[in-house]
Amino acid sequence: MIKLTVNGESHSLDVDPDMPLLWALRDVLGLTGTKYGCGIARCGACYVHMDGHSLPSCVTPVSAAEGKAITTIEGVDSDTAHAVRTAWAELNVVQCGYCQSGQIMSAIDLLGRNPDPDDADINDAMQGNLCRCNTYARIRQAIRQAAASLRAQGGEA
Amino acid sequence: MNAPFRLTRRQFLIRSLSTGAGLTLALYLPGCGREAESGAAGPGQAGERVAPAAEFEPNAFVRILPDDRVEVVMKHLEMGQGTFTGLATLVAEELDADWSQIVPVPAPADPERYNNLQWGKLQGTGGSTAIANAYTQMRQAGATARHMLVQAAAAEWGVPAAEIQVSKGMLSHADSGRTARFGELAAAAADQPVPDEVLLKEPEEFSLIGTFLPRLDNAAKLDGSAAYTQDIQLSDMRVAVVAHPPRFGAKVKGFDAAAAKQVKGVTEVLEIPTGVAVLAADTWSAIKGREALQVQWDESGAFRMSSEEILADYRDKARGEAAVARSEGDAAGVLENASTRLTAAMHMPYLAHAAMEPLNCVMQLTDDGCEVWNGEQFQTVDQQNVAKVLGLKPEQVKINMLYAGGSFGRRANPHSDYLVETAHIVRAAQERGPVKLVWTREDDMLGGYYRPFYYHELEAGLDGEGMPLAWRHRIVGQSIMAGTVMEGGMVKDGVDATSVEGAANLPYAIPNLEVDLVTTELPVTVQWWRSVGSTHTAFAVETFIDRLARAAGRDPVDYRRGLLKDHPRHLGVLELAAEKAGWGRPLPEGRARGVAVHESFNSYVAEVAEVSVGDNGRINVERVVIAVDCGVAVNPDNIRAQMEGGMAFGLAAALMSEITLEDGLVVQSNFDGYEVLAIDRMPEVEVYIVPSTEPPTGVGEPATPVIAPAVANALSVLTGQDFDRLPLRLAV
Repeated sequence: MIKLTVNGESHSLDVDPDMPLLWALRDVLGLTGTKYGCGIARCGACYVHMDGHSLPSCVTPVSAAEGKAITTIEGVDSDTAHAVRTAWAELNVVQCGYCQSGQIMSAIDLLGRNPDPDDADINDAMQGNLCRCNTYARIRQAIRQAAASLRAQGGEA
Repeated sequence: MNAPFRLTRRQFLIRSLSTGAGLTLALYLPGCGREAESGAAGPGQAGERVAPAAEFEPNAFVRILPDDRVEVVMKHLEMGQGTFTGLATLVAEELDADWSQIVPVPAPADPERYNNLQWGKLQGTGGSTAIANAYTQMRQAGATARHMLVQAAAAEWGVPAAEIQVSKGMLSHADSGRTARFGELAAAAADQPVPDEVLLKEPEEFSLIGTFLPRLDNAAKLDGSAAYTQDIQLSDMRVAVVAHPPRFGAKVKGFDAAAAKQVKGVTEVLEIPTGVAVLAADTWSAIKGREALQVQWDESGAFRMSSEEILADYRDKARGEAAVARSEGDAAGVLENASTRLTAAMHMPYLAHAAMEPLNCVMQLTDDGCEVWNGEQFQTVDQQNVAKVLGLKPEQVKINMLYAGGSFGRRANPHSDYLVETAHIVRAAQERGPVKLVWTREDDMLGGYYRPFYYHELEAGLDGEGMPLAWRHRIVGQSIMAGTVMEGGMVKDGVDATSVEGAANLPYAIPNLEVDLVTTELPVTVQWWRSVGSTHTAFAVETFIDRLARAAGRDPVDYRRGLLKDHPRHLGVLELAAEKAGWGRPLPEGRARGVAVHESFNSYVAEVAEVSVGDNGRINVERVVIAVDCGVAVNPDNIRAQMEGGMAFGLAAALMSEITLEDGLVVQSNFDGYEVLAIDRMPEVEVYIVPSTEPPTGVGEPATPVIAPAVANALSVLTGQDFDRLPLRLAV
């Protein structure tokens, strides 16, 4: 049995320890917000947070997630997550939306590390998240907007 | 969003919905008054503003619920292009609904009610037609609902209908002070007769069309709850992964399923016409089962050419017979005597659509047919093809339309390839439970149905002033339409219209003109890809016209201007893009501008690209200015989004993407080999929309083909080189 903590809940899974975390989340736990895109960590659609940092769940064996705190798009909930989602909605970033769970998980991770990223920082942090609708220009803008709103909130506090 | 519902055809009806609060009423409104009761005509029926309702088949697009929700039934697929938001805008505008009360509901498959009005009795999404075909239909549906709500209020309040105001989901009567929400009047409105005709707004009366509206799918796509085909989980569902032959034209000779069946979770291994399917309880087990499967392929009829060999073959074929697509004057004779002659030969590779969601489909046999869950782009064709496999009538194939994680044309396959594959698995399976077919990224990329490989030859003769007197353009490549149900309509006298679109309708005024086509046949399967023929013709035409301008020593914008006098909408976007880009103004050292203008799907786009070359030889597209004329701008922000994204989709093909063949094997199988644009290569983009009162045309595709020639033209200025291939390669 594999013991997983996902979005704050504990689960025991009777799966092959080599099963990628992606498929454990999607097919076993029914958390389908995390997407399959490539299976080789080249597209970013499957990003989840493990102990607060984004990583590709499609190449992470479920056994490697034991003892870690896994957060998926369904469970991510913080001031940063709220600011990111708000900016994404205000700027109509999404198109098909399939990659956006991964984009949002990466953006939240970035803003946790860097409260004021410039375009080069954003490009660097988001390069692993492909979007075939090419919503990149708005992603850049939304990250800057989310960062500004978080800094403003911080200033008021 | 996938809540199933049924609408009764050709009926205007009240449907009871049972909710926790007890019996409630819903109102279904057909967008047409064919069964309208007599004496039900709306106000002001004369004049241009009256939409001729009788032109439409009965349909149902609006449902007003007692809780004030306005459900808008979506006949088109939302695959990112903003269709749900766009169609709902049209309904909400004429209904005077509040945007927050609008709920998109996917339509069932029904070619009678939900057909694409530009395609006859065929339901489907493509060719940038969603807003164009439904513009009047959806507005009329909204106006009909509004009219009936007003009539209901007038009857209930005992006031003249003409004195009732409607705004943001509220009806009101000033003198009596009466007000009502839509939901409160839904039941009474359902008793009102359907009007024969309805009055549509004049553009100056629009309050939603032309404004910024949040996308209706924002929330579900930001918290992971939006349902794509990949996300469907049904009880007792098995996941199927298929071993496909490695080469086009190969087939199964035999297989050994023993090791595959040893994999935990694998339930069945089945031979189907397209390969061998491994079914398992979950996706990972199915993938592992396929890895363990031993298949012997019969490659006696397999295709074994390489991309280089295809190019050489196409060069030979360009010397042979061609079918004429357009002929004016005497191009050959004038070219012979022209003082200046230019020639070019270009080629463009196969391209995969590579949507982020690889292909997939869920299907289940039911007591009365079968049920499908799919990011469904081609309902009528898919119903027919699936029905054929399962021995059903098309209407027995019930389709639940889900969001698609991109498509770019791929999910509208004329052969319904992946749906038919799912049908074969369902038919072959021992158990009747639902099956989810999953194509891995590798299956998706190796699986064919590419934008075809093309080879172009162009020739032009200039007069003493450098203006073109003659133009000859020959295209060599596979036909997308051949062998499909559309062949009869789209292939005339040996010319597949989709092979020559963008070339045969060359807008430039050139007195002697010939455009022709050599259609090739190869087992590599091909399909339309975002902007179809223009994906290659725009590059050929717009780089060649730039070469002519350079040969004439003329500015490329000015040169085009002189040749576009009879094409004001081309000219309009060209001038707008040039002005906004600062055309002619100096740039920093090492940067150059290039321009291209192109019409596709009746929308006009000009793009100006600012380009530099990095120390590593990398082509950097720094800034792109886009001007678009797509008629009435229904959702300006979505038009901008489609221009940004559509341009960048073409930029990937301009800079990096290609499918190549070696010994018949596709070389690129995932994003490590098939490069697509990542955020670091996304330029700064500015979009300008030409104000227009023309009927709206599509925006999903028309930005895509314009960028490759704009970038190539800028690179030619920067390097002095001509560019003869895509993706672009600098000479070293």
